[in-house]
Amino acid sequence: MSPQEMIEKVLDLSTADDVVVIVDEGSSANLRFAGNTLTTNGVSRSSQLTVISIVGRGVGVVSRAAVRPEQLADIVAAADHAAEDAQPSEDARPLVEGDRSADWDAPADVTSIKVFGAFAPALGEAFAAAEAGGRKLYGFAEHIVTTTFMGTSTGTRLRHTQPTGRLELNAKSPDMKRSAWTGVATRDFSDVDVAALDASLAQRLEWAKNRIDLPAGRYEALLPPTAVSDLMIYLYWKAGARDALEGRTVFSSPGGGTRVGETLSELPIHLSGAPAAPGIECAPFVVAHASSRQSSVFDNGLPLAPTDWIAEGRLANLLQTRYSAELTGLSLTPDIDNLIMRGPEGGRSLEEMIASTERGLLLTCLWYIREVDPQTLLLTGLTRDGVYLIENGEVVGEVNNFRFNESPVDLLRRLTEIGTSEQTLPREWSDYFTRAIMPPIRVPDFNMSTVSQAS
Amino acid sequence: MRQIDSDFLALPLRQLADAALQRARDLGAEHADFRLERVRAETLRLSDTSLEGSMDADDLGYAVRVVKNGTWGFAAGLELTPEAAVKVAEQAVEVAVVSAAVNREPIELAPEPVHSDVTWVSSYEIDPFDVPMRDKVALLADWSGGLLRDPRVDQVQTSLMQVKEQKFYADTAGTSTTQQRVRLHCEVEAMKVQGGRFESMRTLAPPVGRGYEYLTGPTWDFRGELARIPEYLEEKFGAPSVEAGQYDLVVDPSNLWLTIHESIGHATELDRALGYEAAYAGTSFATFDQLGKLAYGSPAMNVVGDRTTEHGLSTIGYDDEGVAAKEFDIVAGGVLVGYQLDRRMALLKGLGASNGCAFADSPGHMPIQRMANVSLRPAAGGPSTEELISGVDRGIYVVGDKSWSIDMQRYNFQFTGQRFYKIENGRLAGQLRDVAYQATTTDFWRSMEAVGGPQTYVLGGAFNCGKGQPGQVAPVSHGSPSALFRDVRILNTVRESGS
Repeated sequence: MSPQEMIEKVLDLSTADDVVVIVDEGSSANLRFAGNTLTTNGVSRSSQLTVISIVGRGVGVVSRAAVRPEQLADIVAAADHAAEDAQPSEDARPLVEGDRSADWDAPADVTSIKVFGAFAPALGEAFAAAEAGGRKLYGFAEHIVTTTFMGTSTGTRLRHTQPTGRLELNAKSPDMKRSAWTGVATRDFSDVDVAALDASLAQRLEWAKNRIDLPAGRYEALLPPTAVSDLMIYLYWKAGARDALEGRTVFSSPGGGTRVGETLSELPIHLSGAPAAPGIECAPFVVAHASSRQSSVFDNGLPLAPTDWIAEGRLANLLQTRYSAELTGLSLTPDIDNLIMRGPEGGRSLEEMIASTERGLLLTCLWYIREVDPQTLLLTGLTRDGVYLIENGEVVGEVNNFRFNESPVDLLRRLTEIGTSEQTLPREWSDYFTRAIMPPIRVPDFNMSTVSQAS
Repeated sequence: MRQIDSDFLALPLRQLADAALQRARDLGAEHADFRLERVRAETLRLSDTSLEGSMDADDLGYAVRVVKNGTWGFAAGLELTPEAAVKVAEQAVEVAVVSAAVNREPIELAPEPVHSDVTWVSSYEIDPFDVPMRDKVALLADWSGGLLRDPRVDQVQTSLMQVKEQKFYADTAGTSTTQQRVRLHCEVEAMKVQGGRFESMRTLAPPVGRGYEYLTGPTWDFRGELARIPEYLEEKFGAPSVEAGQYDLVVDPSNLWLTIHESIGHATELDRALGYEAAYAGTSFATFDQLGKLAYGSPAMNVVGDRTTEHGLSTIGYDDEGVAAKEFDIVAGGVLVGYQLDRRMALLKGLGASNGCAFADSPGHMPIQRMANVSLRPAAGGPSTEELISGVDRGIYVVGDKSWSIDMQRYNFQFTGQRFYKIENGRLAGQLRDVAYQATTTDFWRSMEAVGGPQTYVLGGAFNCGKGQPGQVAPVSHGSPSALFRDVRILNTVRESGS
């Protein structure tokens, strides 16, 4: 039974007032390696049917994997029964009157181990080159393709295919004391140049041969796009309108309400989402398998438009459902699965920013980022895989790692330079969020709270 | 003792396994294993007394893992027919063949006795999936409503997660296991919002390998704990901000379990120590060459790993490589004496048999080495928490977990908590706020002067510990007594934010 046939069958079987049916057809392939050799690998398929039944204002959600046709009636009955049994949902709204995707009838797209057909030999050559050059390569290559089919009792028939690929490459010296990392997001691995990435890591391991120990303290720091993405993604996740309205977040106004409209930075920073942004395309409509504080099953199928979260340095919008938009009286701006940060036109490259730095730290990436205080969005975490000292415009050596304590919201207020934005792979959050375009930034006083002995 | 659900046993477990394993043999695999899993999870969340969202979901599928010419091959499938299982076995072999180009270490597995046709079910009374959703919502709404009736509480957030995991495993050596376990995690968090400030206070009830009886029976006094939450919250809201500096700490097991998890549990995973996680989760300062030598902590430190503790979240009968669960020492008298293993690493490092720590979180993922229940032993006849506190002139008593972070070699960590009490001259002197403690792992454990007795011991834990690529989650418990640490660095988190 095709996903489309399954959706029509579920809609026929349900006795609920309204129904949303989502079928996610997934396939993935991955290679994992360590010390210039493969460690694990695999291919897998997934198929998940989610039935969201609505009776009155009650909702029942039942989701099952690998469903066989003879199971459909029981699954639908379970969802309908759960909806009849449920207390009224606060976010209940009429279902979206739906569109129909032009490619609705097409089968699910899939990936396989063949996606690495050119990449795997290149990786093997990189292992050989690394071995000859006294480096050990570690990392992970993954390609996932998920096709989402959504049908509703109000006529929506939407289809979206989401390819998600990434390569993480980590080079280490044989004694593991020097380490460098890079990563790329890709839609199909055709654009991944593993030899070039390995060469960039080799340069960083060379930088690291001169070791300089520095104490904890506040330092001028250049954060590359991947480090910026990890901080901004966390900020984005915490930008829920309902939480802000209820006084729980950094975006809550001390006098009540939200901080929308407030200036967060004197620089003309833009933080936005755009489903059609080239290279980081994502679903152009809301897909909500269950309601939460930042999503509503009733909003399924809502079209997504390009949205500014921060515009010209001012907090412009928060993550909304129709319910929270009514509560807050703000624009309906649902979650979008990509994130773009830009500064003023004419921003410099990271290399140009290094060249203009008298003395400062160049970070590679951030790690183990966790929230310490929701009111300030104070985050803690570590530097990882290369902190370099810049003196008079040049990298002069590698510095020890640090634990940092910083709020990304406060960083927006304090940063002094925003470079040219580029597509990047978030190091910390790439299991959940890979579609990001970010700039390098300069922070005059990044708070390195303590030294980490990790190398 | 509960039985494995009949609808799981009715699946064509052996037919699929026989077909897949025979095909793998025919294609020349040195080893093959077959694992069919169904993982059912139900989550519900309440905001105040209203149901905010719920989902009842399952994951069903199977996987074939092979070793072919010394290289791993792994493939997972969905269709429950012998023909499809044969194709998945062929895919696994194909993956091994493709991957051979980048494999430089031949895969061999430590020997394990054959466990033929064995069954294991975890210890629980009421299957949470037998309880109607409305009853669960009503219980949580009742708890939330009770808190909201107290004027010291402005908002309440409640969540309940329940999981039932069913696994069938078979391999070419002849082992076949069928297992079922249940776990549950309930959290209730009260919040106070006033004057532009926000504070929260959460229940300490740990996640457990128990059934629904955990919420309604005598094991954990939920109602008693909830009754005290408004007072805790009010006191925290009005507490003075901590003065940063060096303090002695008495750490309650409700907080110390997470420090054990991060600074001992992960640090003694052999795959990390050998570098297999180097690009992601990280490595470990506790490198293999230090086995039997590293002074991990004070002589009072004795840490055990097990997959056998009743109601433990990592507890199982046989791991995902067919290895029988067991208990093993990790730190004895403060010295590193053992690691958590899987079959490949056990053989690679000459450590004999695996201690059964291979686990995959779903049918679509390959087993990797995951954490046993890693626990700090109490001192026989040791002191109570009050007696530990009485030995401190200027210190802080830490209760409940909250924020955590540790570096990629498990050296430098920083933790916050639910409640921090000032200790003055051996007595508690009210709560403090804005507190975090920060240390290097070995400095911290070497500063442990005393551990509490068995009367202070609590089994804490985590429902979703993340590791590996592709990312996998695993449940794990950590038992701990209260313990006394000297001269630990305390931060003021508001000062750290620059405010």
